Amino acid sequence: MDFSEQVNELQRKYDEMRKELYGQLSPVQRLSVARHPHRPTFLEHILNITDKWLELHGDRAGCDDPAIVTGIGTIDGMSFMFIGHQKGRNTKENIYRNFAMPGPEGYRKALRMMRHAEHHGFPILTFVDTPGAYAGLHAEEHGQGEAIAKNLREMFGLRVPIITTVIGEGGSGGALGIGCCDKMLMLENSVYFVASPEACAAILWRTADAAPKATEAMKITAHELVELDVVDEVVKEPLGGAHGDPYSASQNLKEAIMRHMKDLLKLDPDSLLKHRKAKFRKIGAVQEGVKLDPRFKRKMKPRDAHLDGEQPPQMT
Amino acid sequence: MLHIKFSKQNKSVCEECGNHLSMDSMERIKPSIDPNTWIPLDEDTNSKDVLSFCDEESYENRLIRSQEKTGLPEAVQTGIGYSNGTLIAPGVMDFQFMGGSMGSAVGEKITRLIEYATQKLLPLVLVCASGGARMQEGTVSLMQMAKISSALHYYQVQKKLLYISILTYPTTGGVTASFGMLGDIIIAESKAYIAFASKRVIEETLGQKVPDGFQLAEALFENGLLDLIVPRILIKGVLSEISDLYSSVPYRKN
Repeated sequence: MDFSEQVNELQRKYDEMRKELYGQLSPVQRLSVARHPHRPTFLEHILNITDKWLELHGDRAGCDDPAIVTGIGTIDGMSFMFIGHQKGRNTKENIYRNFAMPGPEGYRKALRMMRHAEHHGFPILTFVDTPGAYAGLHAEEHGQGEAIAKNLREMFGLRVPIITTVIGEGGSGGALGIGCCDKMLMLENSVYFVASPEACAAILWRTADAAPKATEAMKITAHELVELDVVDEVVKEPLGGAHGDPYSASQNLKEAIMRHMKDLLKLDPDSLLKHRKAKFRKIGAVQEGVKLDPRFKRKMKPRDAHLDGEQPPQMT
Repeated sequence: MLHIKFSKQNKSVCEECGNHLSMDSMERIKPSIDPNTWIPLDEDTNSKDVLSFCDEESYENRLIRSQEKTGLPEAVQTGIGYSNGTLIAPGVMDFQFMGGSMGSAVGEKITRLIEYATQKLLPLVLVCASGGARMQEGTVSLMQMAKISSALHYYQVQKKLLYISILTYPTTGGVTASFGMLGDIIIAESKAYIAFASKRVIEETLGQKVPDGFQLAEALFENGLLDLIVPRILIKGVLSEISDLYSSVPYRKN
């Protein structure tokens, strides 16, 4: 008895349903994919896209933060500096990696590597995948805020191209600490948020149960962030998410990175810095040009001097 | 019991324990700026509901309510004015407006202040008071940290101009992790609560209580994170002295 026709038909229906299901994932569904335990990590992508790879370690000041991995390698024969948050591939590894939550030492290690890259002419590729910077006593005592702030400022002065790709979770300042770049890419199912949906729900809705509502409201997915002019390109994932076919996901990543890099390599360092500054300068939306109701300005210190054309005010 | 009027006479500092209570931006600017020299910048710039955000109340409504209640259009006042005879570019955040949270309007106003100070070669002073980034503007709020830091790179690193940050109660989250901690000189008010992650989040992460006084200015000072702790009443004088010291450098080759 030959059932091959029925089997083929069922297979066809299965493929179609799978395409339908995964074709239109909601933000909440994408968040699950971004946090999937088998989602390819930074090192897995590296090993899929580089020909040569050499991990480099340490902040030269007493620590080698396992939450951030750094190293140099080649893609198609071209050398780059690679920096990324590293999640564990199982519980034991996650504990070792501190769940990809860096301390200040991790950001300082990243900065050391970025300066090293600039010095030697390596363009920088950063890979974001963190729930956020580590919130612990030691981290606070050693200047977690300062370490991130320093990176934010210094990245705008690095005279080599920088491409950042969000490959999983983009956890707020902890992500941005290695994410000031010329081009920002996001894997299709990754997310980038200013506060986790759980934290946002607890604060604004006063219940963690509102996390799905917070996820929708905050617009944290790749496509939504392209609309908001934060992200430059969405990198497609294989159907079902990167964890279903990590090698294909990595190849898509490699293609997008190399394509953007080709353009960036044409720019001289001054143009590069100008372009990077402009990318972030334009983010944000305000209302102005209309004089506000004086009730809404009653506690502002009133003007008591005037600008004389372009001159600063004169002391009377 | 501390009577509000008496407390305000004493610049909102408790006489007994020296605790610096939070202070609104108008009260900070007035005594610091010489008479008839204040020029506000971007006074009509305010927030837009960029995500069409609605939690228990729409962001738009929250903004209007905050504006009515506080008499401020946003959580920061920026401008230029003379202080003890030196022209400076101050920005003063106000915790009363939505917890001093930083969204596009705060980000834009501060960035423009830095750009103006860069152009006119003015010393920059940013008084920080914030609960962190404004969640109602999502990732756009987060990016304001990068935007301001980028302007500071040009101002501090390339133009070598002087930026003093003053951390007040409370300074947390995205403000700490951007311009708060980038001052050439970082001054904190006595007992100011200064943190990246809040006490509550740390306690949840570690499953244990945080020691008393952990994230106060004095503790940060012990850990080498601040230059100075200055009582509120002395800030204006200290800023003048600092400005004097930096303008008397004999070897400045740009």
